[in-house]
Amino acid sequence: MSAPIQLRPDETFILNVGPQHPATHGVLRVKMQMDGEYIVKSETVLGYIHRMHEKMGENRTYAQYLPNLSRLDYLGALGYTHGHVLAIERAAGIEVPERAEYIRAITVELNRVASHLFWFGAFVMDLGGFSPLMYAIQDREHILDMLEAVTGARLTYCYYRFGGLYNDVDDDFTEAAKRFIPRMRKSLKKYDALVTGNIIFQKRLEGIAPVSAEMCRKYGATGPVARGSGINFDVRKNEPYSVYPEFDFDIPVYHECDSMARYKVRMDEMEQSLRIIEQGLEKLPGGPIMAEKKPKNIKLPVGDFYQAVETARGSFGIRIVSDGDKNAYRLKLRSPTYSNMHLFDEACEGMLIMDALAFMGTLDLVIPEMDR
Amino acid sequence: MILETTQQALQALFAGSVPADGAEAATPRGNGVITRNYKIHGYHLDAQVATDQLLAAVTILDHAGFFIESITGVDWIKENQMEVIYDFSRYDFDTCRVVIRTRVPRDQPLVPTISTIYAGANWHERETHDFFGIKFTGHPHLVPLLLPEDADFHPLLKDFKA
Repeated sequence: MSAPIQLRPDETFILNVGPQHPATHGVLRVKMQMDGEYIVKSETVLGYIHRMHEKMGENRTYAQYLPNLSRLDYLGALGYTHGHVLAIERAAGIEVPERAEYIRAITVELNRVASHLFWFGAFVMDLGGFSPLMYAIQDREHILDMLEAVTGARLTYCYYRFGGLYNDVDDDFTEAAKRFIPRMRKSLKKYDALVTGNIIFQKRLEGIAPVSAEMCRKYGATGPVARGSGINFDVRKNEPYSVYPEFDFDIPVYHECDSMARYKVRMDEMEQSLRIIEQGLEKLPGGPIMAEKKPKNIKLPVGDFYQAVETARGSFGIRIVSDGDKNAYRLKLRSPTYSNMHLFDEACEGMLIMDALAFMGTLDLVIPEMDR
Repeated sequence: MILETTQQALQALFAGSVPADGAEAATPRGNGVITRNYKIHGYHLDAQVATDQLLAAVTILDHAGFFIESITGVDWIKENQMEVIYDFSRYDFDTCRVVIRTRVPRDQPLVPTISTIYAGANWHERETHDFFGIKFTGHPHLVPLLLPEDADFHPLLKDFKA
């Protein structure tokens, strides 16, 4: 018979969170050195669903690469495809009709609300509350139905084309979107009453996992993570693109730097997206949805082009190095959660593991987007 | 505002050599700072530095309050060189995107790490090492990040055969 295991008081052990773990929302592994319930050191291990999208970008023509972008972030895919078409249009000098840009903005914002809704449900479920997920998915379903009707897909959209859109929106879509806005506003009030004021919820988030603005800068964190640390940064405002300058909307910023601040930023952002959708539907101009002068086979001029857009998770960037051919010579995808997750290792040191998992939830991770 | 001050600070690294002003020159080109047309290229300043000037250039951006956007590489096989591209941007409304690039010989791709200045460079450099085999000297943990842990291939090299 073996002797009972004796632990020294300063003994630590290694805990593998993932690669299959519900809190990571995908195949992500975090190797944690633990002192009891406290994290001494953590190392994130990526790459479990790395598919080398950047190599595919070199092997395919620009148009063939269109569907790849929505395989990055399956919750907010339109934002990423928007970045891609904008990059090509910028480099090739293609003018997009106004109606197409408005529809792009409306659909991207609908997708952002859908993404935040799913995050909200899953995040509260991480903390032990199951019902909000069901409410959130119910609301999200309305958006998915609307987007399915115009794009033909529920998650992996391939709706934008260089110079415009795949097809126009019909009255059914605009009516459904108009009906959705008051419904969603009512739901946001409901979520607020159901979750935000909950004392257990507050105790789990307030003052937990502080991420300073300086840490955000050193790691390049963007999106709601940066805005929860008092940084007023949103690509839609800082580097206006598409028709966003035409809209009147605010960027929610919280200065508490804690998990609660990141939660509140996303909840407020949904209301701001609804404002954009509302104005977009009101102003929606008529006209064509596709540029008239557009080369059939797109070739970009020689050079190095960069385009940033604000997705649901932060600043997504796409760099195209072109040698004048129909394929990109090099295509780099800068994914926001990659940078946001990077600061987790440093920020979670000394934290209780349950707090760290709640913190991970506030980073809004989508693993295929991180691994690419 | 920040655009001019950053340009001057970066320009100081190249005492004596005056690059073509605003030239939309195609790569390859000499070291120096170029202002780019933001509407076409999506960034404002484009500085190509020698590898031993890299840390000085990045320190300038760090002191000026830039955040790190990404790091990546390009394999210029015809010129037998590899390029490392660093992207920096700002959180404030003084919009200024800066691109720092440096070129290394293809058979000896050594670049100093900037993870001592920007902690967030750590993963980006590991990823660039994965894809191109570029070695970042002084990097604390240069092991595969996205590729398998025993990977000995670099898929974004132009002569890579699967």
